[in-house]
Amino acid sequence: MRIGVTVFPGSNCDRDALYGVERAGAEAVELWHADADLKGVDAVIVPGGFSYGDYLRPGAIARFANIMDPLEEFAKDGGPILGVCNGFQVLTEAHLLPGALLRNTNMRFICDRVHVRVETVDTLWTAGCDPGEELTLPVAHNEGNYFADPETLSRLEEEGRVVLRYLENPNGSANDIAGVCNENRNVVGIMPHPERVSDPALGSDEGLRILRSVLVGAGV
Amino acid sequence: MGLSDFEYDRILELMGRPPNFLELSLFSVMWSEHCGYKNSRPLLGRFPNKGTRVVQGPGENAGVVEVGDGWALAFKMESHNHPSAVEPYEGAATGVGGIIRDILAMGARPVALLDSLRFGPLEEERNRYLFREVVRGIGGYGNAVGVPTVGGEVEFARAYSGNPLVNAMCIGLIRIEDLVRSSATGDGNLVVLLGSKTGRDGIHGATFASDELTDESESKRSNVQVGDPFCEKMLIECCLKLLDEDLLVSLQDLGAAGITSSASEMAAKGGVGIEIETDRVPLRESGMEPTEVMISESQERMLAVVEPEKIEDVLYLAERYELVGAVVGRVAGHGDLRVIHHGEVVGTVPAEFLADAPVYERDVVRPNYLDELQELTVDELPGPEDYNAVLLRMLGHPNLRSRRAIFTQYDHQVGTDTVVLPGADAAVMRIKGTKLGFAATTDGRGRHCYLDPRGGGAATVAEAYRNLSCVGAEPVAVTDCLNFGSPEKPDGYYQLAECIKGMSEACEVLGTPVVSGNVSLYNETDSGAIYPTPTVGMVGVMKDVNIHATPAFKREGDRVVVIGKTPPLLGESMTSEGDLLAGSEYLEIIHGKTAGLPVRSDLAAEKKVADLVRELVESGLVDTAHDVSSGGVVVCLAEMVIEGGIGLGYDGEVEIEEMRADVALFGEESGAFVVAVPEECWNDLQDALVGFAYRVVGTTGGDRFKIGDLIDVKSSDLKKAYERDLFETHAPEGGHIG
Repeated sequence: MRIGVTVFPGSNCDRDALYGVERAGAEAVELWHADADLKGVDAVIVPGGFSYGDYLRPGAIARFANIMDPLEEFAKDGGPILGVCNGFQVLTEAHLLPGALLRNTNMRFICDRVHVRVETVDTLWTAGCDPGEELTLPVAHNEGNYFADPETLSRLEEEGRVVLRYLENPNGSANDIAGVCNENRNVVGIMPHPERVSDPALGSDEGLRILRSVLVGAGV
Repeated sequence: MGLSDFEYDRILELMGRPPNFLELSLFSVMWSEHCGYKNSRPLLGRFPNKGTRVVQGPGENAGVVEVGDGWALAFKMESHNHPSAVEPYEGAATGVGGIIRDILAMGARPVALLDSLRFGPLEEERNRYLFREVVRGIGGYGNAVGVPTVGGEVEFARAYSGNPLVNAMCIGLIRIEDLVRSSATGDGNLVVLLGSKTGRDGIHGATFASDELTDESESKRSNVQVGDPFCEKMLIECCLKLLDEDLLVSLQDLGAAGITSSASEMAAKGGVGIEIETDRVPLRESGMEPTEVMISESQERMLAVVEPEKIEDVLYLAERYELVGAVVGRVAGHGDLRVIHHGEVVGTVPAEFLADAPVYERDVVRPNYLDELQELTVDELPGPEDYNAVLLRMLGHPNLRSRRAIFTQYDHQVGTDTVVLPGADAAVMRIKGTKLGFAATTDGRGRHCYLDPRGGGAATVAEAYRNLSCVGAEPVAVTDCLNFGSPEKPDGYYQLAECIKGMSEACEVLGTPVVSGNVSLYNETDSGAIYPTPTVGMVGVMKDVNIHATPAFKREGDRVVVIGKTPPLLGESMTSEGDLLAGSEYLEIIHGKTAGLPVRSDLAAEKKVADLVRELVESGLVDTAHDVSSGGVVVCLAEMVIEGGIGLGYDGEVEIEEMRADVALFGEESGAFVVAVPEECWNDLQDALVGFAYRVVGTTGGDRFKIGDLIDVKSSDLKKAYERDLFETHAPEGGHIG
C-alpha cells in the first residue's frame, strides 16, 4: 500500500508522518502542495505543523493549495484521508470535516501526552483498534479546542462520528472531542500525533494502532 | 555610534583617510563587543579547544564534534538578552531563529533546541511579564519552525530584574563529509541573498546589545528584530536542498550587523574581497539608504557564494521554497568589502580591518565586595521548627519547582527523535537509522559565580558534566554564553576573567573542550550588574541510545544509594556547616541570604565518580540516576519520589554530632549522585562500587517520603508543591520563616 503525505510550506511533521507510514509497513510518498497530483496513492495523511505559518487562521491558506483539488476529489470517491493536528485544521477549513479548532482555553501551546478513548472502530483509520480501546498519544497544539454548533455536535454523537475522545480534556474541546470523521467515514481528523509514538525507541508504538488501521481496512 | 575617540583614531590610522558615514557605520557594528569581542578575546584564548572528537573548534558558525559512524553534531549557544529586556516575545523568538541559522550555516539539519533563562523574582509584575513572554516567544518560534525544544534551565534572582538572560542553544546533525565552511572563494563567484526581504528592523542591534540598559532602552524597541518562523522553516529546507544538490560554494547566516558582518567575515576568512550592490537587495520598504541596507538585521536571511553556472538552479529552488533569492554581489580578488549603489562605489573598507577590532586588556583586581559576601555565620540563622514545611517551601520555590509549566509550552517531540522527554538531568536524542544517540544539557550557576567567580565557573562546567553522566552519555564538548556586566568596571572585568579561568580549568580536567560560544557583556541596569552568569551547553554521545537512565524511581523495592561525596545526613562530614550552607538554595530560599564561600570542587575526583555513574548506566545495571545539586540530597531524593510516584524512607539517624539538622538535610556539596537498583542487582552494584564512597539511603515503596523523624510527607503533597504552575498570575508567597 502507498500512503501519501502532503507537504505544505510550513508543514513540520511531514517527515515524521513519512517515517510513521514506513513504521506502519506501507510505502511513503511525498505530495508537494504546488502539484495537483496525488501520484496514485491509496491513502493520504495531511500532517501537522504550521502550514503557511498559521497566518490568518491555522489551515485557512493551505485549503487553497493546488494539491487540495485532487484531494477533495479523492475524499468524495471514498479515499482514506487522515488529518493530524494542523492537518485536522486544514480539513475543517476545507469543509471535508465539520467544526473548527479554536485556541486552547488556557491560551497556551500544549505539548503533552494525553489519554484518549477510541469511540468508533467503524472508520478507515480506526478499523484496527478495539472498540473502547484507550491510547496514550502526544498532542502539540495551540488551537486544538474543537468547536461545532449544538446541532452538529449532536449529529456527530448520534451518528457515532466522534473518533477519539479525551479522558482528560486538555484544551476545552466540546464533548472532549479529540477526533471526528466525515459522513462517509473515510476522512478522519485527530489532534493527537500517532506518528510520534510509532517506535518503541520513543517509549511507545501505540500510534501504530491508528496508522496500521488503514492497512487493515484495505486488507493488506 | 558606540565608537570611542581612541577607536576612531585607529580607524583613521588604518584607512589613511577619514571614513565616510557608511564606512564608519560598518566599523561601528563590526567593532561592537557583540561582533568584535574586543574586551573578551584575550580571555577567551584560555579555553581549551582541542579534543579527539573535535571536528571544528571556535571560529566557524558553530563547533562540531564527531559522534561515530560518520555522524557529527554542530552546536552553539547564543545570547539575546538586551532585545528580550525591551521586547521579550520577539527578542526570545529571534534569539531562537538566530541560533538555528548558525547551525544551518554549517550545513547541518537543526534537530534540538535548549535554553538557559534568568529573570528577576516573580513577585514583581514586570518579571512575570518578561518570563511569560520569553517562554511564549521561544515556543512561538521553535514550535512553528519544527525544531524540538528538548531541555534548558531557568533561575530567578533579584540581580536579573530588568535585565533577563535569554540564551538559546541549537544542535544540528550532519554527516562529517557534508560540513560547509563559510569562507568565500573564487574571484567572480556570485553572492546570493536568500530568505526574507530586507527592512529597517534591527538597525544597530549589535551596538544596542553592547551597551548598558537604561530607562531609555524601552525606546530602542525598533532595534529589536521581528521573527518569521514560517520563513525560517522554508530557509532551512531550501538551504539543505541546495547543499544536498551541491549548488553552493559557501554559506553564512545573517545575524548581528546583517550583510556587513556576514560579507566581511566570509571575505576575511577566504582572503578575498566582496562587492555588495545594495540596490539589488530586495527591500521590504522603499527609500532605504545603502548604509541601512548594509547593517539591517532583518531576520531569516542567509548569504551564499555560488558559481555563476549554478545560479539558475539556486534561484529556481529559492522560488520553489517561496523565498526571495537575489544576486546581490560578487567575490573579488581585491580583499575589500566594497559597497556599490547604482553602479557607484559608496564605501570601501578592507575586510580584514573590520575583522580586526581593537583589543582591550585590563588589570584583574579582586573586588572588595567579595570579603564581606563570603562571610557566613551559621549561628545567627534560626533553625526551623517544621522540616516538612521547609521541604515543601523549597520544592515550591520557583528556583526548584518543576519546569513542566514551561516545557509543555514547547513542542519537544517534533522530529520523532526525542528519547528522554524534558524533566530529566539531560535531554536524550537518537540518530535515526543507527543505535547512536546524544545528550545535551545547559547549566548556569550565577549566584555561585557571584560569591566565587573562579569556583563558580568551574562548578558550572562540572554540573553539566554530571548531568550528562546521569543519563549515561559520555560528555564530549562545550559551548558557552558568557553573560556579564560591564567589562569597563573593575568588578565586571574581574568576574569575567576569573569565571573564564575556572571554566577553563574544569574543561581541561574533565576533557570537554570549548568549541563555540558567545559573549554578552554590559548586562547592567540602573540598579547594577547581573550576577556573573556564564552558561554552559554540554553535549555528550551515546553508543546505544536505548540504554539510558532518568531520575524517576521505577519500581518498588529498589535499593537507593548515594555515590560520591557522602552527604552529612548519611554519615560524618568532613565539611563545615558554613561551607555546606554557602550559596545554598536553603540559605537563599528559607533565610533570604546570599552569602558564603562554597567549597571548591575536587574536579578530578568528581570526574571519577561521574564516569563511574555513566558506566553503571551504560552497562545496563542502573536505569535510575540523579545528581545531587540545588537543595542538597533531600531535595534530590524528593524529586526522584515525585517523578516516579513511588515513596522512600530513610530510617537512619539524622542527629549528627556537632551538625545542625537543617544543614545536614539541605547543605550542598558538589559531586554526589543518587542511583537506585532492584534488589537482585544489589550485589553487582556493590562490586562496581569497590573503591568508591557510597551509602545506602533506603528502599523505594509506599506513598510517603520519610527522612528519619524529621520529615514525613505524603508523596502526593510533595508533587502538589513541586508542580505548582510557574505562570500563576498572583505573586508566589514571599517572606522567610524563623
